[in-house]
Amino acid sequence: MKEIRLHGRGGQGAVTAAELIAIAAFEDKKFSQAFPAFGVERRGAPVMAFARIADQPIRVRSQIYEPDYIIVQDVTLLEVVDVAGGLKPDGKIMINTDRPKEKLGLDTEAEIVTIDATMIALEELGRPIVNTTMLGAFCGATREIRLESMNKAILGRFTGALGEKNLKAIETAYERVSQ
Amino acid sequence: MMRVAEGSYAIADAVRCCSPDVVSVYPITPQTHIVEHLSQFVANGELDCEYINVDSEFSSLSSLIGASAAGARTYTSTTSQGLALMFEVLYNASGMRLPIVMTTVNRALSAPLSIWNDQQDSFGVRDSGWIQLYAENVQEVMDLTPQLYRISEDPEILTPSMVCMDGYILTHVYEPVEFLDPELVKEILPPFSPVNVLDPEDPKTFGAFADPSWFTEFRYLQYKAQERALDLIGKVDKQFEETFGRGYGGLIDTYRTDDAEILLVSLGSIVGTIKDAVDELRKEGIKVGLVKIRSYRPFPVETLKEALKDASVVAVIEKDVSVGYQSALLTDIKGALYNTSIRVPISGFAAGLGGRDVAMKQIRKIVENASRVKDEGLELETEFEIFDVNPECL
Repeated sequence: MKEIRLHGRGGQGAVTAAELIAIAAFEDKKFSQAFPAFGVERRGAPVMAFARIADQPIRVRSQIYEPDYIIVQDVTLLEVVDVAGGLKPDGKIMINTDRPKEKLGLDTEAEIVTIDATMIALEELGRPIVNTTMLGAFCGATREIRLESMNKAILGRFTGALGEKNLKAIETAYERVSQ
Repeated sequence: MMRVAEGSYAIADAVRCCSPDVVSVYPITPQTHIVEHLSQFVANGELDCEYINVDSEFSSLSSLIGASAAGARTYTSTTSQGLALMFEVLYNASGMRLPIVMTTVNRALSAPLSIWNDQQDSFGVRDSGWIQLYAENVQEVMDLTPQLYRISEDPEILTPSMVCMDGYILTHVYEPVEFLDPELVKEILPPFSPVNVLDPEDPKTFGAFADPSWFTEFRYLQYKAQERALDLIGKVDKQFEETFGRGYGGLIDTYRTDDAEILLVSLGSIVGTIKDAVDELRKEGIKVGLVKIRSYRPFPVETLKEALKDASVVAVIEKDVSVGYQSALLTDIKGALYNTSIRVPISGFAAGLGGRDVAMKQIRKIVENASRVKDEGLELETEFEIFDVNPECL
């Protein structure tokens, strides 16, 4: 089983991103689960969401304390939340930032993947909403979910021109972290 | 077909498949999404029913009492403070023997205000005469929904029922579920044919004044109907399995209990986490198993005696506390075994209160405690524990 923790701010779509991971993983013939860290989140407040991917039906329902992967949608969270907390040493953390990873001051043995998702989202979507772009980075960096499955999940959620724009954002991020 | 869906959506769809005539629900976190999806189905023409917008939970259940007495299949859903506000109406519905079905989303009760999950709300209406079943996952809630209509509407039962599902943990999760086929649902759930109906041509009174010469008999008949439900719950579960290929074991389910020395007893969504913990502990050679309570009212005393009789120690894990004396499931289980020759030590843990997460680590600690009781015996201080209290508070 692979466990994923997503960090974002209220309104950035962390919960939606977790749901899309669950839907895309199921497209890949895996079992999956996604849920928010239930709270009374306001726009801008730090939020968390979780996802699990497994070959067997998933029974466990606790929050995730030792994730294999972490997605950070907003680099300013590093100042207020221990985003890398519990990350497995052989795991990966994907952070939306234009800063080099050495300057982030993250306390982890795991691989740090940085991507300027805000720039990609602004270029492709015209808005700094990075949740789908970060999913592209997740697929590219971890190869846990096939890009085609993620694209299918995205099109199930965003239709028409918005869906197409999101696919471009995802593919750009996927290519960038795959290089 | 199996697909990934939000728990609340899946439950609303299961309700749609049961073709209720009247739906009356009042939104309250974390049950709100169920209400939203149902009203969307009605607006889209996917569910042909009378959808009543009400001012409160008191009104939602009251309106269903009228509808059910007039012969309609009825549905409502609530949680926490909403269920508390329904309290007197719950007794009216069961006393009038109306087969209303409700999804109870489990959430803590104020004060202090908490929107998070525990099971204090449904345990608090234990004695209201409703049948109460607890579900482990979204699929089980879905599958129980038509089963509860079948059980409640049985002329030998005529008792309202609720399926209890953990708030947020099951209402807000996205996971793969098998959607119900409405045609197959018809095979296990015939149209509602009420025994007594309000009819101007043949006037009757429901829930009228009963003086002391009759009140006891009404309660007696309710009590007997719930006893009969013990059999029917298992039968309907089997019938459902024959039709849909998914069975749940009836009144209780067991997991790796065959040679278990330590038996954990629990109910609701925490059961899934416990199963994973049991697998881990088994790998370490600890003989631990799980008894999952599905039916809490009626309480499956005989089935439980059989399931618990060979254990060396029993640990009950539940998300409620009876302030003043332990907690509800624990005392019920002890009561069930007292007049038997089964003398297994039983300890209880009130865990996961007000949304406190219960993970593998916490289950391990409970098993360690149970292990100690097995070796050293039960003392008063190990009999019951409000679990995971901040040490500063002790």
